[in-house]
Formats: sequence, C-alpha cells, structure tokens
Amino acid sequence: MKNRVRFFALFREQAGCDSETVNWSGGTAAELFQLMAAKHPLLKGQAAALVAINDEMSGWETPLNEGDEVLFFPPVAGG
Amino acid sequence: MKFSVSDQAIDLNAAKHAVTDRHCGALVVFEGWIRNHNEGQEVERLEYEVYRPLAEKEGAKIIDEALAKFSVSHAMCIHREGLLELGDCAVIVCVSAAHRDAAFDACRYIIDQTKTRLPIWKKEHYVTGISEWVNCENCAAAGHAHGNHRHD
Repeated sequence: MKNRVRFFALFREQAGCDSETVNWSGGTAAELFQLMAAKHPLLKGQAAALVAINDEMSGWETPLNEGDEVLFFPPVAGG
Repeated sequence: MKFSVSDQAIDLNAAKHAVTDRHCGALVVFEGWIRNHNEGQEVERLEYEVYRPLAEKEGAKIIDEALAKFSVSHAMCIHREGLLELGDCAVIVCVSAAHRDAAFDACRYIIDQTKTRLPIWKKEHYVTGISEWVNCENCAAAGHAHGNHRHD
C-alpha cells in the first residue's frame, strides 16, 4: 500500500525531510509512525504528537487507506 | 473571516472594529505578544510555522464552538506566521457580547483552544545564537495531549 507522509516543525528536522512516499503492508497511523521512526532514528515522541489524515485531525488507531496523505504534527505551541 | 493566519503585522484596530455591534456592551480583546524570555532563556526573536489548511479549518471550528457555548455576538482570531520580533503581536482574539462575563469566558476559551489544538509551532531564537522548537514538556513527559493542564 502506498501513502504519502508529511513531517512538520521538529519532526521535519528529526526526519531530515518534509515528506516522503511509503510503500508498506498497511495498518494504522500509529504503525506508520513507528515504521518512520525505525527508518529515521531521530524521529520520536509520538505519544504527545497529533496526526491528521487528508487534512482532517484524526486518531492514532485509525486504519489507513491506499493513497491517504498522513500528516505528523509534533506537540503544537500556538499563541 | 472569523479565524485567519497572517504573514503580515496584525492591524489591531481593524480586528476590534470587525466585532463591534451596537447590541454589544462589552468587547474583550486578548493580545499575545513576543516576550524577551522563556524558561530562563533570553529570547531574541521567534518564528511561527503554521500548517494553514488545517489551522484555518480547526480555528473556524473553535470560533463556532465559542459562539455556541457562550452568549456572545461576534468572535474572531488572527494568528501570525513567520519571523516575529520582540513586542510584536503574535495573536489577537476579539469577542463582543451584550455583557462582559460571557465575552471574557469566550475569549479565554478561544485562546486556550488555539494554543492546544491548531497545527502551529514556534521556534525560539535565543541571544546565545541557539534556536529551539518550543514544546510542552509536561505533555511530552506525561505522554498525553494538552487538555490535562494549563499552558500560560
């Protein structure tokens, strides 16, 4: 299954890129983050992070579909 | 637009006028400014990264929630992105209502939700030359979202 992943702020620096396309066996948003963390050793901190799928805020246990764009947000700090 | 992101200095007077209404006897405004220190570090400037598509969508939801929860007439919020200097206004929330209590409550709700729900990140640049993303350490340590404690 193919998904595009995007990293923001701290996650972009930890991953060393702002996006990539992943071919994998499929699963939840959390499982995709773990796959990315294994690939990019500096990428960590999923517990306090947020995830969005196709520009909608989502949950880590959401199963992903083919072609979903997955956005990984490190802890936010607006205001 | 009730919630917007701007890469330009916020026109504070225009923001207040956007919520004025002759039915309203109260206007509550919160302005968040760039201060010169944070957690013992001397701050030189600050940089906001915003993922606009989702920030604007979720920000509009926050305004709608405030309008539904509290007896207020109008509410709006503008958040900056990009590089800001000390003293710059990073965010403004304006709420008008017939009476002040509801306006204070709604204003507080909007800024609190804005800080914890929107995909906005800030990087502090210190006078030492070091730069760091500002994270909520309490969240990271406890492994939960922001809802369980206060952020100043």
